[in-house]
Amino acid sequence: MFTADKVDTKPRPDLRALFFGFSSVGLSGFGGVLPFARRMLVEQRRWMTAEEFNAQLGLCQFLPGPNVVNLAVVVGKRYQGLAGAIVAPVGLLAGPLAIVLLLALLYDAYGSLPIAQGMLRGIAAVGCGLLFAMAWRMGKALRDKAYFLPFSVFTVAGIAMLRWPMPWVMVAGLILSGGVAYWRLGKK
Amino acid sequence: MTVVELFLEFALLSFVAFGGATALLPEMHRVVVENHHWLDETTFTHLYAIAQAAPGPNVLVVTLIGWKVAGLAGALAATLAMCLPMSVVIYLLIDRWEGFAGARWQKAISLGVAPLAVGLVFSGATLIAQAAGLAWGGALLVLLTVVISLRSKLNPLWLIALGALLGLAGWV
Repeated sequence: MFTADKVDTKPRPDLRALFFGFSSVGLSGFGGVLPFARRMLVEQRRWMTAEEFNAQLGLCQFLPGPNVVNLAVVVGKRYQGLAGAIVAPVGLLAGPLAIVLLLALLYDAYGSLPIAQGMLRGIAAVGCGLLFAMAWRMGKALRDKAYFLPFSVFTVAGIAMLRWPMPWVMVAGLILSGGVAYWRLGKK
Repeated sequence: MTVVELFLEFALLSFVAFGGATALLPEMHRVVVENHHWLDETTFTHLYAIAQAAPGPNVLVVTLIGWKVAGLAGALAATLAMCLPMSVVIYLLIDRWEGFAGARWQKAISLGVAPLAVGLVFSGATLIAQAAGLAWGGALLVLLTVVISLRSKLNPLWLIALGALLGLAGWV
């Protein structure tokens, strides 16, 4: 009983721990912090096992919206109910939000200077390259490309070329692409 | 009034943000630059660049757009609009997730969304490429970034620093 207790007792973070745990996640990554969330939750603080993490992440990735914010809500709720579900995402976003607003103030003050404009153009060019690379990697990871890649083309045509409103493109795309997926799943 | 409009527009978008805020770039551009003329093309690109260079989740580009449109209230409204609706949904759904995880329709949606997200991210990239007003050097830098990013595990931060330097030198 005594030993079993020791083994089974997992750290149960309080609100303060949730806030600072997710703050560290929010401030540690550039261009996406999900891998840092995993490291903090599973490896560093051991609030959950890798299996638990994957199971909880499932719904966060299934639903739209910022995955890591969704994840903070889930983890916060799990340990501290509604208060946790509010404190965790606030902790995640507060630090980065303050930094980004500080940068916005600098931009307001100096953004019109030619050197600032040049610098931002350079960063935008790199960001653009990172996006193309990300799209390429995501495209490569698709299963059944012959069936599903056409829907990527459909999305680019609708959004980037024809400039259709995205909600409609997504609803139509999801019905068609999800329909094909449903049919393919039935055949296996 | 603008703050309310901003909140409603972005809250609507949060329901189709498969792939996170990155996937929303083209639509945010449409809403903010083309429909409402709240920002011009150059400012939009600059805000994207600032978000790239700052630590934190990708969703912060939304905060910056909100800031430029309507100050602090706009920044908070836009961020909240992007995060709150799905947070509520996920708060209510998580306890039932075990019940429908792995069901055929759930898998079909996950599989079906993936190619759309690819298309959205690609569209975002083409949008930034067009809006950034890049010279030849800039186009080359985009290409170089793609190659390095796909071929090596270099931390993107180094590439961002390189971009800033080349931009400062006036080569982009």
